[in-house]
Amino acid sequence: MGNWTMAQAITDAMRNELNKNEDVLVFGEDVGQNGGVFRVTEGLQKEFGEDRVFDTPLAESGIGGLAIGLALTGHRPVMEIQFFGFVFEVFDSIAGQMSRWRYRSGNKQTMPVTVRSPFGGGVKTPEMHADSLEGLMAQTPGLKVVIPSNPYDAKGLLISAIRDNDPVVFLEHMKLYRSFRQDVPEEEYTIELGKADIKREGKDITIIAYGAMVQASMKAAEELAEEGVEAEVIDLMTVSPFDVETVIASVEKTNRAIVVQEAQKQAGIASQIVAEITERAILSLEAPVLRVTSPDTVYPFAAVEDAWLPNPAIIVEKAKEVINF
Amino acid sequence: MSTKTIDQVEEQFETFQILNEEGEVVNESEMPDLSDEQLQEIMRRMVYTRIWDQRAISLNRQGRLGFYAPTAGQEASQLGSHFALEQEDWILPGYRDIPQIVFHGLPLHQAFLWSRGHFGGSQFPDGLNIVVPQIIIGAQIIQTAGVALGLKRKKKENIAITYTGDGGASQGDFYEGINFAGAYNAPAVFIVQNNRFAISVPVEKQSAAKTIAQKAVAAGIEGIQVDGMDVLAVYKATLDARKRALAGEGPTLIETLTYRYGAHTMAGDDPTRYRTSEEDDEWAKKDPLIRFRKFLEGKKLWSEEKENEVVEQAKEDIKQAIKDADKTPKQNVTDLLGFMFENPPVNIREQLEEYTAKESK
Ligand SMILES: Cc1ncc(C[n+]2csc(CCOP(=O)(O)OP(=O)(O)O)c2C)c(N)n1
Repeated sequence: MGNWTMAQAITDAMRNELNKNEDVLVFGEDVGQNGGVFRVTEGLQKEFGEDRVFDTPLAESGIGGLAIGLALTGHRPVMEIQFFGFVFEVFDSIAGQMSRWRYRSGNKQTMPVTVRSPFGGGVKTPEMHADSLEGLMAQTPGLKVVIPSNPYDAKGLLISAIRDNDPVVFLEHMKLYRSFRQDVPEEEYTIELGKADIKREGKDITIIAYGAMVQASMKAAEELAEEGVEAEVIDLMTVSPFDVETVIASVEKTNRAIVVQEAQKQAGIASQIVAEITERAILSLEAPVLRVTSPDTVYPFAAVEDAWLPNPAIIVEKAKEVINF
Repeated sequence: MSTKTIDQVEEQFETFQILNEEGEVVNESEMPDLSDEQLQEIMRRMVYTRIWDQRAISLNRQGRLGFYAPTAGQEASQLGSHFALEQEDWILPGYRDIPQIVFHGLPLHQAFLWSRGHFGGSQFPDGLNIVVPQIIIGAQIIQTAGVALGLKRKKKENIAITYTGDGGASQGDFYEGINFAGAYNAPAVFIVQNNRFAISVPVEKQSAAKTIAQKAVAAGIEGIQVDGMDVLAVYKATLDARKRALAGEGPTLIETLTYRYGAHTMAGDDPTRYRTSEEDDEWAKKDPLIRFRKFLEGKKLWSEEKENEVVEQAKEDIKQAIKDADKTPKQNVTDLLGFMFENPPVNIREQLEEYTAKESK
């Protein structure tokens, strides 16, 4: 058992898979000698050699194409996009090519690529670094999009992602990398993709969240509990396709829900969740399903970031609005 | 000072030729070592492809094919380069590069299925190292860098070859792909078929560079411009590039100067809007088939009779291939859903159920 940060847990997941399977390759900008700008690939090149863990030229589209070609020749690429705000440079490879490969080859060629990338706000990065662009990925059929909220989940989910024969976009919230530690088993384990986790049980309202908003929602749930409201907090973990069964079962129990995301209201995946709840559980609802999100502006400069991002207080407020509807 | 540098670079990219327009050998020392049978096989493939192109155009007009990008004029460039490959080599084609993958082993009826937009067209026979023809211009170039690196890692004695056009050489992915392959010293061969037009835009408007081959310089890889109507020159340049790649001497960019006689695709393109009949006539004189036929006739290796045999064979094969394509069960939405993921998640499972019910009615 290690007491690890999420960054360490992610490194360990990659180490595990590099050890386990010769065909696993880790590459991207600065991931080798430097160990990644967040040190998430720290030590891996030393341990596995430049042949398995390597720096690429500075070109995201090239990295995506490289991953596809390597996958076609029997490898399991784990490619890193240094910051997810740069995904536009490699959008074709991920959303245009990997996502449709299985279908266009009539199920004969697979695309076992893991796209790892840091994202997420509250750490005062320059522009185009922190944006929550998971919605763009989630709107692409054929991709799985995974966003862990803690070290334990991150390790199990990343191992599953690397072993998955379909492309998985694995997004690592920058604020979670080192903000807390957790006990993580040193041995390997997997967490099934596509399954949500109930992080806190409750009967009065369901709070559906992912990534850093899980921590915020847990704090909000504690505050609500002080006022006698028992909130159930669901961590989606895989945000696309998401675990609709767990969400619906919870909503049928609590009859109320809010969805919390860091992304802007028109982005992210909250709308999709609200739509599914409406289609499947409208008669269980005592109130409309509301969303806690950032406003529909461009991702702002760092100075206004804290005011712009959702926080526990806003979640509490929104939950009360639903409860008092 | 700086223009002098460009002049010096451009001088190094003189067009490589072996056969002139009269079918005479003008570059004896570069003559590839090919048997009489091989020379005849190259001619057979070019004639076959020309007939197939004519038939495909007419089948398209009858509504019996789907998307089709004519290839007449480009036979030397496409088939000459392909002839230099080994069976295990990988081909990452663009949408016009169907002849290469068919001669690599893709059954003709599957090429027709692909044209119709049926996934059966890309369910390749096992062990055939090809990739579905690329529509996004440039994507195949970065993917080629990956396949080539993959082959190198797996210690295969094989290369990855890819094709794009003069327009494709303007894409960012083109530069990223050749740069990556160079940086990894990966066994890749990049062919740019400069047929003078990207849909309607002439190559002069693509770039201020006088040749596309010289773009190799910036990536630090070999580059060569070849007479793309001269099948022997294209063959030799590709063969040399392949050898160099396998000897660990890095990738090569080959620019083939060629011409597409027909429309860009059969989806309503009218080449008279952007080029003159004089230009067409000028290029018709350089025809790769005429030139190579003359060469072979000079060696008593080709005759009208032989040519007619190939024409008949092609027509028969095409007829049969269309029949086979017609026999293929139609594509269903359930197939599409079934191929989305290895383990279908709940949304896919539900939609599969829905469409299975609909489609079994
Ligand atoms: C990324 C991308 N942009 C635009 C197109 C539309 N398009 C299809 S073919 C073509 C021209 C391509 O010209 P070139 O690369 O010279 O190849 P050629 O068709 O002449 O063989 C264009 C603009 C496309 N398929 N992909």
